[in-house]
Amino acid sequence: MLLAILPELLLLVLALLLFIVEPFWKGERPRSGWVTFYGLLLIMIVSLIFGTPRASQEAFGGMIRFDWFAFLFKMLFLFGAALTALFFMDHPLLSKRGEAYLLLLAATLGMCLMASASDLVMLYLAIETTSIPLYVLAGFFLNEQDSTEAGFKYLFFGALTSAVMLYGLSLLFGLAGTTALAALGEKFASGQLSLQVAWGILALVTVGLAFKVSVAPFHFWAPDVYQGAPTAVTGFLSTASKAAGFAVLLRLFLMAFPSAQIPWPLLLAILAALTMTIGNLLALPQTNLKRLLAYSSIAHAGYILIGVVAATELGMTSVIFYLIVYLLTNLAAFGILMALGKVLGSDEVTAYNGLSRRSPWLALAMLVAFLSLAGMPPFGGFVAKVFVFAAGVEAGYIWLVFVGVLNSIVGLYYYLNVMKYVYLYRMPGEEEKKHPIQLSQATAWGLGVLILGVILLGTVFAPWFAFSSQAAQAMFLP
Amino acid sequence: MIPLAWYIALSAVLFTIGALGVLVRRNPLVIFMSIELMLNSANLAFIAFSHAFGALSGQVFVFFVMAVAAAEVAVGLALIVAIFRTKHTINVDEMNSLKG
Repeated sequence: MLLAILPELLLLVLALLLFIVEPFWKGERPRSGWVTFYGLLLIMIVSLIFGTPRASQEAFGGMIRFDWFAFLFKMLFLFGAALTALFFMDHPLLSKRGEAYLLLLAATLGMCLMASASDLVMLYLAIETTSIPLYVLAGFFLNEQDSTEAGFKYLFFGALTSAVMLYGLSLLFGLAGTTALAALGEKFASGQLSLQVAWGILALVTVGLAFKVSVAPFHFWAPDVYQGAPTAVTGFLSTASKAAGFAVLLRLFLMAFPSAQIPWPLLLAILAALTMTIGNLLALPQTNLKRLLAYSSIAHAGYILIGVVAATELGMTSVIFYLIVYLLTNLAAFGILMALGKVLGSDEVTAYNGLSRRSPWLALAMLVAFLSLAGMPPFGGFVAKVFVFAAGVEAGYIWLVFVGVLNSIVGLYYYLNVMKYVYLYRMPGEEEKKHPIQLSQATAWGLGVLILGVILLGTVFAPWFAFSSQAAQAMFLP
Repeated sequence: MIPLAWYIALSAVLFTIGALGVLVRRNPLVIFMSIELMLNSANLAFIAFSHAFGALSGQVFVFFVMAVAAAEVAVGLALIVAIFRTKHTINVDEMNSLKG
């Protein structure tokens, strides 16, 4: 039984350990960062050896579901958090602050619970356990106006949307008399419950989840928060937090709202089309790279929603695969932005002039990450998009896939536009060779692993697709 | 015995007042109070339904919601203090250094 929450337990142990020993560490080296990084890797290894699920089962009175779906997402979050810990160490204000790593671990713990929650109580608690540490991390630089403002905006919209969602959950409880997702699904399927009321509840719950995954029309917080928050935190926000949001979305909609009775895919299809279009069109005029990537991450939420809309096994597989690719790619993109932001002192695109001459490897890594985001072969982003669109076509949402393909073309423009500054433009009146860019070793290793992963996901994708498929099947088993 | 519908009506009214407060007021402290009102309207609905069904899970939910609300407000107030130190105002209309 305890195996069902093995990663969570170990995360808690690691967090407490850090909490106790961190105050005694003085000196220059970021020891808490390395403890967090190696601790997270160790948790991954231990979970992979001892904590794999045999079959789907409920644990702790139905609060938690222990299946491949939850397990795969947990590994994804642990990986993302480990890489983020590496990036934290690169920032002078984050590296030696033990509480930053503690908050990172707490948020990861919440995400792991989000992926496995199968009861409304657990689901709400897990979402808040994830959100509250992230609010603090977004506003971590207390002396910087942008950071505190980002933290406040994130908290404000997060608290508001979660209150709306909670009201929806209370009505859902009132309608069905139970908080277990599986029991809710059975009651809806048997036709005992009023479907008109169910639509109202669905709208309220969608508000909360749409905020978490930054789907239009609840996306407006994302650009401000992504721009103002510390870049390493933004990377974590835009990848792991979004993946956790999608895990909850999949679990809740597939288990509690049977699509035969309540046609929610149509609602999500409209939101997906809206999200892709808004995200891509608003990304076009951006000159701040963090803001540009924020709008791009909104657009990506739209692409991922196409797979959710399909609501088939291929759809779920494609969503999970897309989230894996997206986590690696976007983490790499924000990692590069963070490393460069420290040297250049700016996230404006004009500061990237002549980057390919100042640091050819970093420019190449950026090219790989951006082309993968744009969906170009042979990188992971291409394969992920193909699967998502295939799932959409298979489920009969041709118009939605059409919107998606058109949007991908728009996306290609602004990604390549950034690369134009990196590769074609020169630094005005300077010799680029005299301004090389130094990377810290931790960042260099982290970026190397991520970029290799992006290429691996795009070339040897069969094993990763098989994992995703195994996780997706767990959602359709009783 | 007060019928269930009255509780639900009251919770809907409280939720609406809270939502309006969030949208209309410009002081973050009042906004947080309004969000608390929204959370408590959900709590009221949970307890009323829980009593009507004789199921305890709704009442358990309320305890967790109260704990979460306290944590959220603690973080919120800390951020407001930090903002006041750098900006010397907490009016939400002044929080516009990030835009575009």
